[in-house]
Amino acid sequence: MSRSDAMTNVLWLQGASCGGCTMSILESGASGWFDELRQFGVNLLWHPSVSEETGEEAVDILQSVLEGKVRLDLLLLEGSVARGPNDTGRFNMLAGTNRSIYRWMLDLAPHAGYVIAVGSCAAYGGVPAAGSNPTDAVGLQFEGTDSGGALGAAFRSRLGLPVINVAGCAPHPGWMMETILALTARDIAASDLDGYGRPKFVANHLAHHGCSRNEFYEFKASAETMSERGCLMEHLGCKATQAVGDCNQRSWNGGGSCTKGGYACIACTSPGFEGAQNFLATAKLAGIPVGLPTDMPKAWFVALAALSKSATPRRVRLNATADHVVVPPGRATTKTKP
Amino acid sequence: MTRITIGPFNRVEGDLEVRLDVESGRVMRAEVTAPLYRGFEQILEGRPPLDALALAPRICGICSVSQSVAAAAALREAMAVEAAPNGLLATNIAHAAENAADHLTHFYIFFMPDFAREAYAGHDWHEATRERFAATRGSAARDALPARARLLETMGIIAGKWPHSLAFQPGGTTRAIDLGERVRLLSIATAFRSFLERVVFADSLENVLAIASADELDRWRDGHGGDFAHFLRLADSLALSALGRGTGLMMSYGAYHGTDGELFPRGLFGPRSAIEPLPLTQITEDVSHAWMRDSSVDPAHSSTVPDPDKPAAYSWCKAPRLSGQPIEVGAIARQTVAGQALIADLVSASGTNVRNRVIARLIETARIALAMEQWTRALRLSEPFCHNSRDIPNGSYVGLVEAARGSLGHWMAVRDGRIERYQIIAPTTWNFSPRDSFDVGGPLEQALVGTDVGDAGARAVAIQHIVRSFDPCMVCTAH
Ligand code: SF4
Ligand code: SF4
Repeated sequence: MSRSDAMTNVLWLQGASCGGCTMSILESGASGWFDELRQFGVNLLWHPSVSEETGEEAVDILQSVLEGKVRLDLLLLEGSVARGPNDTGRFNMLAGTNRSIYRWMLDLAPHAGYVIAVGSCAAYGGVPAAGSNPTDAVGLQFEGTDSGGALGAAFRSRLGLPVINVAGCAPHPGWMMETILALTARDIAASDLDGYGRPKFVANHLAHHGCSRNEFYEFKASAETMSERGCLMEHLGCKATQAVGDCNQRSWNGGGSCTKGGYACIACTSPGFEGAQNFLATAKLAGIPVGLPTDMPKAWFVALAALSKSATPRRVRLNATADHVVVPPGRATTKTKP
Repeated sequence: MTRITIGPFNRVEGDLEVRLDVESGRVMRAEVTAPLYRGFEQILEGRPPLDALALAPRICGICSVSQSVAAAAALREAMAVEAAPNGLLATNIAHAAENAADHLTHFYIFFMPDFAREAYAGHDWHEATRERFAATRGSAARDALPARARLLETMGIIAGKWPHSLAFQPGGTTRAIDLGERVRLLSIATAFRSFLERVVFADSLENVLAIASADELDRWRDGHGGDFAHFLRLADSLALSALGRGTGLMMSYGAYHGTDGELFPRGLFGPRSAIEPLPLTQITEDVSHAWMRDSSVDPAHSSTVPDPDKPAAYSWCKAPRLSGQPIEVGAIARQTVAGQALIADLVSASGTNVRNRVIARLIETARIALAMEQWTRALRLSEPFCHNSRDIPNGSYVGLVEAARGSLGHWMAVRDGRIERYQIIAPTTWNFSPRDSFDVGGPLEQALVGTDVGDAGARAVAIQHIVRSFDPCMVCTAH
């Protein structure tokens, strides 16, 4: 048995991408991503940023998959599928092949055990699909919130799953790596994906969960301008109560997150996030944020917010609009017993 | 004359195709194609100006901080706000971490694996090089990737996450650093220095930066282990200083801005091999060989309209020119313009070439590692990190920064609270520019001409070295 028979063969391609998903996953693993892959029996057939094979050697690898000479277990695409101009895919050719990435994906996907859309571009279209969408960019199986995309709504991979959407811009290295490894063990079923094809182990959480600003949120003690410590929802555009992700529970880059970093969650794991405008300002109607937590009646939210605002401790109120802690948590000051 | 096409050209960032006309085993003419267009400039038009902070970084996942900082610089000019000094320092620290991570990724993941290829079997250094640098399997990746991840923990503290952060604002950064975090930043910087001193240079950064000439470098190399000395020995054995010679013109917009100027100054290394002021108003973009409609040549007034069927075009990349000339940008340009002694000596001896570009990148890494420590200590923890302002009057603004790969500019025109035009000239747009209307090729196209490919044709390793020595970022190129 050759090495590639025993191992899980993974092919990673880049479409209309920024390369950020690859940059993110390179942080994975205590002894480095390559080592981590090997430890789990994953054989990277080819990855455009890291593999030795270049030019015709690389094309030979893709060709041998098409010809059925090499078994393809996981096919990953990073970046949107640019279908334009006029459905030719010419905005994004795979160099040296005279063939668009769009075409390559249509040809390769049926050979794959599973197909993974890495990042919100490959999942839903992402930033290239923003505004006028100059390149007719779509995701592999979604076009924004609509199912369809480059492969079509009916597409199922060889092992019977729709495209698995590891959304995020860029996704957390853990989301990508855990999805890859779970699929290596055939450990993901259709019921493990949410309505937008995202693995539920990520999508069952909101980015708001575990935010270091949660105490400010409780009291609607809000930051008013950049670099203040309060909750970012009321004025500065935070969409984390509507965006899925365990960003604040697992943290990024050794301890950060968007909201810890002092700026709003822009819901980068959601289809169509790129369509928003004024990312760092909260859209309001009659003074009330438009994007309230989805599972809470608006009237309740408004009533509770008014109530909690009236009960905001001085410490929380003052710290919310400061960039440093100005009032530390107090100690009991009175020595007399009641 | 035979024409060969090389692609997909991997271990570069993004997709690249190179076509060579070869006669008697020698490259006579090269055409460089950026085969991906996404249309960021079109996407940004009509948006609120501050949206550039969310969208522009997403041009590139490898230099997203550079793109953020360029957008923030253009907006800062628009808002006429002065950034908080702490914000500038924090930006520099994060930007330095990204640039150093890029240089590491380039050296270990993109560039060095070529020397492990079969083509070099038989050289006495090949076995050791294969063990150390083979793509994805070499021992070097096991050292470099964890060091890179640790360095990028800087982003967790300053920028929330990487890539694609919104922390870099016109008025500074969005998060004040406290004492505990300063200590964490210092410990990351120290760990990075120790990685460089242990693994890359096998010597202290101070000793490395004291090497002031090519001769001293040769003497230093002979006494040292470490990956840098390993590279220097390979470079000699393969005469990499004779490979991929640039045009000799280089520029830097100036890097790491503080309240009292830049760490690496702005300037042009001009035709007289002297450092001159940079004539910024002389920057133009030519589209004669790009799949783009004609527009103004001035980035402040031009627009981007793709024309995929345009005859004679062969790239989505426009051709930027300074005073009509193609210009090389990158670490070698920055360090030459900054007068770094070793790089200046190497450039005066042999110009820009494969070896000197790589040396410049590693020397720069040592310099910014030290600067990161200083900036971190200079933070005044009780003072603000961000000055806020939101008013953006009509006008044209520009943000100029240095990304790892060289000079990056964002030109933004605002009308009635919306982006009217947005033009980006990225480092690889300069280096991998196609021909202009005078049929003058870009720096890489010129650097490839004359290369001996022998019978290897498309498989010639020399071509791989030359192309990767520029550390191209194709996703930035055409954006
Ligand atoms: S800043 Fe955002 S994530 Fe944090 S508590 Fe407020 S709404 Fe939730
Ligand atoms: S906090 Fe929001 S914007 Fe940030 S990574 Fe998570 S989902 Fe994306």
